[in-house]
Amino acid sequence: MSGEPVLEARGIVKRFGHVAALSGAHLTVHHGEVVALIGDNGAGKSTLIKVLSGVHPPDEGEIRLGGRAVAFSSPVDARRAGVETVYQDLAVADDLSVAANLYLGREIKRRGPLGRIGLLDKRAMRRGAAEALEQLGVRIPRVTTPISMLSGGQRQSVAVARAVVWATDVVILDEPTAALGVVQTRRVLELVERVRDAGMSVVLVSHNMPQVLEVADRVEVMRLGRRTARFAAAEATTDDLVAAMTGALTTESLD
Amino acid sequence: MATVDQAVGWRGRLEEWLRERISVAVSEVTAATALAVLFIALSLASPYFLTADNLFNIGSQTAVIAIIAVAQTMVIITKGIDLSVGSVAALAGVAGAMVVRDLGFSVWEASAVAVAVGAAAGLVNGLLVSFARLPPFIATLGMMSAGRGLVFIVTGAVGVYSLPESFQLLGNGVIAGVPFTIVVTAAVALAVGGLLSQSRFGQHVYAMGSNLEAARRSGIPVRRNLTAVYVLAGMLVGLGGVIAASRVNSGQPNYGIGLELDVIAAAVIGGASLFGGQGRIVGTLIGAFLIALVRNGSVLLGINIHYQQLIVGLIIWAAVYFDQFRRRRLESRG
Repeated sequence: MSGEPVLEARGIVKRFGHVAALSGAHLTVHHGEVVALIGDNGAGKSTLIKVLSGVHPPDEGEIRLGGRAVAFSSPVDARRAGVETVYQDLAVADDLSVAANLYLGREIKRRGPLGRIGLLDKRAMRRGAAEALEQLGVRIPRVTTPISMLSGGQRQSVAVARAVVWATDVVILDEPTAALGVVQTRRVLELVERVRDAGMSVVLVSHNMPQVLEVADRVEVMRLGRRTARFAAAEATTDDLVAAMTGALTTESLD
Repeated sequence: MATVDQAVGWRGRLEEWLRERISVAVSEVTAATALAVLFIALSLASPYFLTADNLFNIGSQTAVIAIIAVAQTMVIITKGIDLSVGSVAALAGVAGAMVVRDLGFSVWEASAVAVAVGAAAGLVNGLLVSFARLPPFIATLGMMSAGRGLVFIVTGAVGVYSLPESFQLLGNGVIAGVPFTIVVTAAVALAVGGLLSQSRFGQHVYAMGSNLEAARRSGIPVRRNLTAVYVLAGMLVGLGGVIAASRVNSGQPNYGIGLELDVIAAAVIGGASLFGGQGRIVGTLIGAFLIALVRNGSVLLGINIHYQQLIVGLIIWAAVYFDQFRRRRLESRG
């Protein structure tokens, strides 16, 4: 955890009309760590995620990627810069196959003139998708299966895998297990750990305190549009986190 | 033990694979079965059905419905619908007939004009849907009325007649014993089928219909693509319109009233989903053939045209109900 943070948000302000969803929010993500971002409903977690992933441009503040200031004007910008996000509503195309979803917007074209007129190399994409899922330990029937035929956990795993495959630095996961059962949740958390072990940084938005303490290396707490506390997961308890979320405990100076 | 496990796994995987393939093609298989049954029933019920003349007639009737249904399928895959196909086909057919009559264009030049007219109407539809953000139903409902109004205005509500024989080549001509219309339809089906299933653009069309937001976040230029789909569809509708005009060697301002129902039915029967993201050209061709057979069979068996309307209505209900049922079942599995 030394050196420049991989991703850093400094003093982010985001207003919607008269409502300030973020009023000077910070977030720090180091190389190869899982940072849990927690906070009560309305604390600004999702807004911060959307700012970091290029959905909303911030009104004030700075986003730094590997020490350099960046400005994302669209989700595509953020993805190009190496920040991939899995949104709560998943954003997979149910009717397309697993492989097609993994390569959505980044399809491999055939070589030569057929590729130049836009024909796809489906075989290469199938192979690539199968390899990537295998590596990440994601178990699905086949890469040609349409997403609509998968279970909730499998869908979530595919969505996460898609982000991981393309991310170079940071994967942001917004409530990845909110809609999942126990076994499926386990699978996704294992996937998160594998991603971290592969040297990627993960930002995990979650409501589930035990889960957060189990899988995260550090926890950052938001309240009323700001970061109010930071913990090393190994040293924190669920009570600490709840206290920080409700405002009974702060570790940050809120000037 | 290990080999037994493997055998079970292998068989289980085969079963899973089969189930997946079948559920993808289930509408097509059902439609093809219905088509075969209807075909056999009609050959038994009417002595005229299997005559060369009648089959030729069915062929070219299918062709127009099929080409326009292919256009409709593209739009339906994007979760849209095009109600304006009848009006635009009439407008394009009349435009083609008029340039032949008044400017002495050849049938090929007239076809190009008709396709361009269709493209222009499609462009308006596409811009209304993707940039003005009108629901496709409303955008194309407006075009349905505006297009029909326009065709009556330019023709003075009178058909465009006294065209040279050569104008009939497109709709009634034959190449090596095969109706020209069938050749054109096959070419259109191959081209659009290939575009949808093999190209990046086609992949994005399905993605947009399946989850527009996901497509947008994946960096797909959704507005441009959506507009392109309506333009392409319009071009095909224009082509269908000029073929229809060529078949009767005249431009009819009344042509295509109610045509949208036939082609929507054809697409949906073939497995295109009004909820977007699904539909294949193979299925649409089967659907178009089925609709053409229903029409043709009704005429041969002396069934009143109003009953034909009734039958098509029932078919649309059944096909959409089936689609919904299938979707619900899939979702409950997930």
